[in-house]
Amino acid sequence: MDVLILLVPLALGLGGLALVLFLWTLRSGQYDDLDGAAQRILHDDPPSRRNGETT
Amino acid sequence: MNDTTRIVPAAAPASIRTCAHCGADSVERFCCAGCAAAHGLIGALGLAGFYNRASLPPGTLRPAPPPAPGFAARARALDDGRHELDLLVHGLSCGACVWLIEQALAADPAVRRARVSLGTKRLTVVWEGAADHAEELAGLVARLGFAVGPWTSACLRASDDSERRALILALGVAAFGAMNVMLVSVAVWVGTDMGEATRSFMHWLSALIGLPVIAVAGVPFYRSAWRSLRAGRANMDVAISLAVLLTAAMSLSETLRNGPYTWFDGALTLLFLLLAGRVLEGAARRKARGAAAGLLALGTGTAMRIDAEGRAEAVATEELRAQDRLMVATGERLAVDAIADTEALLDSAAVTGESRPVRIARGAVLPAGAINLGTPLLVTARSATADSSLAMAARAMEQAEQVRSRFVAFADRVAHAYVPVVHTLAAATFLLWWIGFGTGWQPALVNAVAVLIITCPCGLAIAVPAVQVVAVGSLFRRGVLVTTGTALERLAAADHVVLDKTGTLTRGEPELIHDGSWTEPDLRAAASLAAVSRHPLARALLRAAPAAIPAPGAVEVPGRGVAIGDIRLGSPDFAGAVDDPDSMTLVLARAGQPPVRFRFTDALREDAPAAVAALERLGLSTEILSGDAPGPVAAAAAACGIAAQRARATPRDKVERIAELQAQGRHVLAVGDGINDAPALAAAHVAASAPGATDLAQSAADLVLRTPRLAALPAAIATARRAQRIARQNIAASLVYNVIAVPFAVAGLVSPPLAAAVMASSSLMVTINALRAGKEQPWTS
Repeated sequence: MDVLILLVPLALGLGGLALVLFLWTLRSGQYDDLDGAAQRILHDDPPSRRNGETT
Repeated sequence: MNDTTRIVPAAAPASIRTCAHCGADSVERFCCAGCAAAHGLIGALGLAGFYNRASLPPGTLRPAPPPAPGFAARARALDDGRHELDLLVHGLSCGACVWLIEQALAADPAVRRARVSLGTKRLTVVWEGAADHAEELAGLVARLGFAVGPWTSACLRASDDSERRALILALGVAAFGAMNVMLVSVAVWVGTDMGEATRSFMHWLSALIGLPVIAVAGVPFYRSAWRSLRAGRANMDVAISLAVLLTAAMSLSETLRNGPYTWFDGALTLLFLLLAGRVLEGAARRKARGAAAGLLALGTGTAMRIDAEGRAEAVATEELRAQDRLMVATGERLAVDAIADTEALLDSAAVTGESRPVRIARGAVLPAGAINLGTPLLVTARSATADSSLAMAARAMEQAEQVRSRFVAFADRVAHAYVPVVHTLAAATFLLWWIGFGTGWQPALVNAVAVLIITCPCGLAIAVPAVQVVAVGSLFRRGVLVTTGTALERLAAADHVVLDKTGTLTRGEPELIHDGSWTEPDLRAAASLAAVSRHPLARALLRAAPAAIPAPGAVEVPGRGVAIGDIRLGSPDFAGAVDDPDSMTLVLARAGQPPVRFRFTDALREDAPAAVAALERLGLSTEILSGDAPGPVAAAAAACGIAAQRARATPRDKVERIAELQAQGRHVLAVGDGINDAPALAAAHVAASAPGATDLAQSAADLVLRTPRLAALPAAIATARRAQRIARQNIAASLVYNVIAVPFAVAGLVSPPLAAAVMASSSLMVTINALRAGKEQPWTS
């Protein structure tokens, strides 16, 4: 059972890391606009590269 | 929405196509000057790719008149000379719109940050420089074709971010704890050959993770339980908090004495499941409330105040005082009760329910909420906004609403009876084992807590929220916003409908009558003149012929008509025709031709008779209570097949009638749109506001109809009844579960793995059953 001394802190550390990451995503407002985030990924062209195309 | 196809004939010019900006039917490349300007603007910004990506209903993007100024006052100064402004953006319905607005604002050199939230329709923009730049930024968004309004405190309340964040935080923490503790617990459950020391280590590890997580993730429940206890009542959260805290205490004691099992995993899984239910429930209602608050925010306006030197300034309506001099433009809604300097022509449908324009003599009082149809008016405010008849109605509404807030949801009533029973049972189990069987207090406590965990209203707590989420979401997609928590339950109980006429059964806006007194060319000629005016009748004419091109050089004489050379369109006396007793008439006069009369009426909504019939089929009796004259009320009642009717009802009459019905034990559903309906809506058991209703009526209603179809109402009732049935099934099922499991718990036969299995399966069962509540029924059946 000596291996637990290594595995338990490792498991806790990984879990804790995920928790910290989750708290960071929450603080930075990533859950505030779930509908928008799903759409936004499709529209990322910076305007500077667009050259006034017409429809 | 508009019946354009019916009026534009099939043999219309082949040149009819769709507007390159808004997509509405149009003769030219653009349907109006606003769209042409918006298209030019988008092209100049290099954002024309927008049109390839946008998916919007035709006509949504047609630019409205520029927003009233007053945004500068709402801008917040940040440090280092920047300003921040929140705006509510309407017509925002796809990712491309978000992209367009963000990119268009980013093209402004002063703008540092622009971010649109699709979920809440909120635009946050930060710029360098003076606060005044806010007007230009708001104007820019409006020129693109999106109506903008201030982001009011009501919007903020509705979007409720802090509460939601706290719930998501608790959910995330509970998920972390539940997963990690379960990992350890499974090792204890299967590791039967585990040594005492290792098991003790595992228990301590569980406690190390479990206790802080229970302390953090349970806060939403502890808070609500504490509030409820202080009010002297036991709600579901009291049971949840007690079960979680007692389980934690018992598990700690088991850890200290190194018992066979700890129950941290059960407590944490319970918290996780319950929090998931809360987050989902909040998300569905938040969306509906946000949409409703957004509808209101567009109406929060400004008024034009004339100061002593005769200068006009825009002020927020809340700041108006008695004796202020105000300018009321044609088509503008009066914010306060006022006295006009001249005779006035008002549309007071929202205030009294009167469907025809009313002439008000000089010096008489113009009621707040009425719309000026005539020439721009100079008026003197009689009272501050807070004392106007509008605010009085709002207060009457609040009073009536307090009665309704005493309604207790079915789930809470069940909890009220259930919680004491469960706690008595747990206490009895403890005493039975401790005193009866003479075991130590620790094993006795384990069995007592097992009873609490098994009976913990997990399924019960998810049973109703899950149904709510599904039903509210399904109604939202069909254009019915459910804004209060117990609305569906009250709606399901409704057995009598009190309907308003103007704006509810009817459209509340004039519609051209096809009485054969005009021809298609007449209509087109008149509509091209009408296109320059904002008068309601001119707008109605334009709706009947949307392809009309605004006549160049047409001049409007406000409140009377439009003229170009010797062609005149306007009120009968303006066009030189015989006056009509019915003031809902426009006359087109052309040299050498007889005058053409266009008559308008406040037409019935197309599906009103069908909707009333559907209500009757659902077993609800119907009745009209209207402030309008007896003639139009009787006509509408006959058309819809409603026998009970009353005309010229004041707001007080309506409230009294509803109180009388409720005293007879009826559950009244009130449907209305006007300011005069608001107190009645608040007094009723459950209330719905008609499509296009006034702000006050919307805030008094539990359900806000956004679709123009009245058939949404019977459909909502059917959905509510179905949801109610499923919620009861769920509650019954989880109670049955408990009845079967409790004897085992009392007998001390329940182990943590078994408890975990019971909890998960009962939650899963009620959730799957809840999904049935969203089954979309056809509108009329």
